Amino acid sequence: MAALIEIEKLTKRFGGFTAVDEVSFSVNRGEVLGFLGPNGAGKSTTMRMLAGFMPPTAGTARICGADVVENPVEAKRSLGFLPEGAPTYPEMSVTGFLAFTGSVRGFRGSELSDRVALAMAQTQLEGVRLQPIETLSKGFKRRVGLAQALLHDPPVLVLDEPTDGLDPNQKHEVRELIRRMAPTKAIVISTHILEEVDAVCTRAIIIARGTVIVDKPPRELETEGRTLEEVFRRLTLGPAKESA
Amino acid sequence: MNGMLRRIADLIAAAWLIYGPEGKLGNLPWRPACIVAKRELAAYFATPVAYVFIVIFLVLSGALTFTLGGFFARGQADLMPFFGFIPWLFLFLVPALTMRLWAEERRQGTIELLLTLPMPQWQAVLGKYLAAWAFCGIALALTFPIWITVNVLGEPDNGVIVSGYVGCFLVAGAYLSVGAALSALTKNQVIAFVLAVAICFIFAAAGSPVITEFLTKRLPVLAEVARGLSVADRFGGFTRGVIALRDLVFFGSFIGFWLFVNAVVLDLRKAD
Repeated sequence: MAALIEIEKLTKRFGGFTAVDEVSFSVNRGEVLGFLGPNGAGKSTTMRMLAGFMPPTAGTARICGADVVENPVEAKRSLGFLPEGAPTYPEMSVTGFLAFTGSVRGFRGSELSDRVALAMAQTQLEGVRLQPIETLSKGFKRRVGLAQALLHDPPVLVLDEPTDGLDPNQKHEVRELIRRMAPTKAIVISTHILEEVDAVCTRAIIIARGTVIVDKPPRELETEGRTLEEVFRRLTLGPAKESA
Repeated sequence: MNGMLRRIADLIAAAWLIYGPEGKLGNLPWRPACIVAKRELAAYFATPVAYVFIVIFLVLSGALTFTLGGFFARGQADLMPFFGFIPWLFLFLVPALTMRLWAEERRQGTIELLLTLPMPQWQAVLGKYLAAWAFCGIALALTFPIWITVNVLGEPDNGVIVSGYVGCFLVAGAYLSVGAALSALTKNQVIAFVLAVAICFIFAAAGSPVITEFLTKRLPVLAEVARGLSVADRFGGFTRGVIALRDLVFFGSFIGFWLFVNAVVLDLRKAD
């Protein structure tokens, strides 16, 4: 069976600047890919292209076999996407917001309300269901974004920093959630938190200056250096110093 | 108080989305656009934008009609002075409404969410546009006291009044389409507003005697074009009670053209 996420030589240039340079990888069902890299390495740009938001300059990305440029609606249907910063409409209530994304996705009636209820249960949002999102704390807002991505139970999840701004308990909950969903889905999460990679990811990709420099399970990475953090620093800082 | 109102508006919006007449929309291909439009429209009323806009619109349209328009002094039972001011009011108020249309989505980052939902991009463009247009329709409908007034005072031709309202609605739609496209073009709301006013003014003034006379003397070819593209000229027909097919086609293609520009520009600049 083909991989759920297939990225081939994906490239994005902004004028003369190459943000993402021929990135290729694929993610199978059951894999949780940790997408690592320093700020500005091209993580969010790659994810935006994969989500069909930003058209790639070159290369292709496919979600469940559907090309994100040629067949965007089909690709987006199989995708749950948490954009950077977990944007939501601040004036809407949690229920209203989730109902909105759910109904655009084609759910209606009792199925829609069931799905909204389930997504809120998965992300522990029931207590604030009728509150306007702008009155919520950062952690809650992020979970609203996460609930929106999970609502339609997509086979592919692309989450840009899903645990940013959460307290340790909430982080634990989100990781548990990701681990629970992992067997049936292909999941890509970007993060700055290296311990998270250890905790939930089955595979790690380190990206720097737009190119993939490592693609390995986290355990193998650790045996090369001493800790994941050291490996990360060596890989992402090392070449820069040489070229400087 | 504001919070309460907002909460109630939101509850209604949520209930509408969950239990609303979705079934009637069925599987129409533009269902997502309708859902986006509903959400947008609810958002107008969840923020002070709607109330400020409507109050200012009603106060200005009423005040201008009764003072500068000489509503009573004319001694005629019609809404000519009222319809005469509406396009000029819209010239400033509509760009104020559209300047935040896409800029706000960009600022909040929700554009990334909206455009990664499984619907063609034109549906998002159409949905946001329809919401703004429906909102203008609501504002226009709320001027009904003036219609009642004229009916109490005399016996106006209500057919002419209806066609005048249709004309106002179409002018609002035309200006909205221009403003929406310009809002997609620039992140800066002030620039979007000023450009939209300027471009709408060109289309409003194109048919005015000053412009056409000037052009007839220098460039006779352009004079015809200018008259043909004039929103105000087309609107004039409606206020006289004439709903001509070619005017409807004009507004339809005008709006269609700018919505197309909106979709193209959005595609090019959404990442900015």
